[in-house]
Amino acid sequence: MGRYVVRRLLQMVPVFIGTTFLIFVMVYALGDPVAAMFGDRTPDPATAAQIRESLHLNDPLWSQYLQYMAGIFQGDFGTAFNGRPVIELMGDAFPNTIQLTLVAFVIELVVGVALGVVAGMRRGRLIDTGVLVLTLFVISIPTFVTGYLLQYFVGVKWGALPPSVSTEVRFEELILPGIVLAGVSLAYVARLTRTSIAENIRSDYIRTATAKGLPRRRVISVHLLRNSLIPVVTFLGTDIGGLMAGAIVTERIFNLQGVGYQLYQGILRQNAPTVVGFVTVLVVVFLAANLLVDLLYAVLDPRIRYA
Amino acid sequence: MPEMTKTAADEAVAAVESVPEQAEKARSLWGDAWRDLRRNPIFYISAVLILFLVVVSIWPSIMTSTSPYACDVSKSAQGAAPGHPFGFDKQGCDVYARTVYGARASVTVGICTTLLAAVLGCVMGGLAGFFGGWWDSLLSRIGDIFFGIPILLGGIVFLSVVKGGSIFTVVLLMAVLGWPQIARIARGAVITAKQQDYVQAARALGASTPRMLLRHIAPNALAPVIVVATIALGTYISLEATLSFLGVGLKPPTVSWGIDISQAATQIRNAPHTLLYPAGALSLTVLAFIMLGDAVRDALDPKLR
Repeated sequence: MGRYVVRRLLQMVPVFIGTTFLIFVMVYALGDPVAAMFGDRTPDPATAAQIRESLHLNDPLWSQYLQYMAGIFQGDFGTAFNGRPVIELMGDAFPNTIQLTLVAFVIELVVGVALGVVAGMRRGRLIDTGVLVLTLFVISIPTFVTGYLLQYFVGVKWGALPPSVSTEVRFEELILPGIVLAGVSLAYVARLTRTSIAENIRSDYIRTATAKGLPRRRVISVHLLRNSLIPVVTFLGTDIGGLMAGAIVTERIFNLQGVGYQLYQGILRQNAPTVVGFVTVLVVVFLAANLLVDLLYAVLDPRIRYA
Repeated sequence: MPEMTKTAADEAVAAVESVPEQAEKARSLWGDAWRDLRRNPIFYISAVLILFLVVVSIWPSIMTSTSPYACDVSKSAQGAAPGHPFGFDKQGCDVYARTVYGARASVTVGICTTLLAAVLGCVMGGLAGFFGGWWDSLLSRIGDIFFGIPILLGGIVFLSVVKGGSIFTVVLLMAVLGWPQIARIARGAVITAKQQDYVQAARALGASTPRMLLRHIAPNALAPVIVVATIALGTYISLEATLSFLGVGLKPPTVSWGIDISQAATQIRNAPHTLLYPAGALSLTVLAFIMLGDAVRDALDPKLR
């Protein structure tokens, strides 16, 4: 297991370098950070040249990338458009987004698996068809449409939940955005669980467990769920990155000042350090989640043993 | 000893005889799938919807004679009127005409992105799976690099920098970030197919590498790729709308449901109809492609039923 972890970590290194370099090239080589600082005005050529020099923009791209990476590892992500260090913006933004992602993740996991189990155990019955149709609709309606509709009906018209998030970010304010963010993934989790449960429920080991007189609750929770959740865990792991990216849309609708908000501001104002910094951190989260999934496999499925 | 030769000869004969049998089986996978599809009502519903959408995106003028650009600000956000069944949006444009013309962008982006991503994914994944070893490591790592950037995130970063806003840019970007998903499936399918006896037999008979790949492996590895690609088509359409909604995807004068929804969202309280029609059309389109994907998967992969 230890050797496997080391090997996977080593495999992550080229992927990390490649991904961050790709983002870096997109922002620094295709855009013009100096022109962006001046907005619509044309910068004075001498000033522009001075800024270029001070930001090392005349160096070759790989050298800029190395300097940027060296800065990151010392906690220096550069300066945002308003003069604040990007790392400070991250300190403000990440707690909010992580809270939102956690709320969404819990909703996705609990409701998704529950729906999947119920549908998978009653294959072909009314409730199964109901779950299938429901998930189909949830997958088809884009997040920003559900977001505005729920905000309008649940938040404004019926007043059941707060329609937007205040600066204090209270828990009940995150429920509605959490549901919106979780929506599509929840439907996928329910469908995956359903397929997996329906396949495993006919297997020999479930019949054995039932035959030797184990209570139904134990058969389902220990024998059936553990084996059926393996594909679900893969999905959940890769979905963490998707959730954090999807938060850009949700945060915009519900006015939450998280990662998506800062990233969006950075893009609007063409501030390269903000964009590259936030995206780099998100990519690291994504890679770490994938690693975690691979390791969880071994815990869930004893047949998989990493040498 | 003679007996053993006999059984060996029998086996050889049986093997030769089973070759056409296997060829028939390979045909019957698609035949079976087609028969299953024709019995599935969901397939008909989605196929009719998609056919309708394709026709509308090619000739939007058969559905409406109003131009999506003919706007009259004095009618801003008004409800339905004779000749304008969906009412008017904020700029006073006809919502019905804009909803009809919006199909073109969504359908084009969805189909083109899927085709491009599928071709890229099949080539990269197929080569990685077939050659293995160094090729596999290299191509899989390249795939991991692109897979490490969620499409929405990469789309926002890239499109905000290039400021393109054309259908071509959006398609190219989504395909470049989307192919690893298909490559992973193609790689797995090719590895499974490569180990089959008929491929080994073809190799033993001296078939060239391209012949083995195209004639023997590709037909048998294609089914899972088609399934994933069809389902991905729906998500690509949804992604394009999301990018356009965020203001980085398609830009006016292209008529896109995402752009219209983003404008309508600001006035949801006084003119909800401007949001509901484009949003409904978009959801219905995504629904049609995802239902088709479901039907195709059920037909091609009986194990999942």
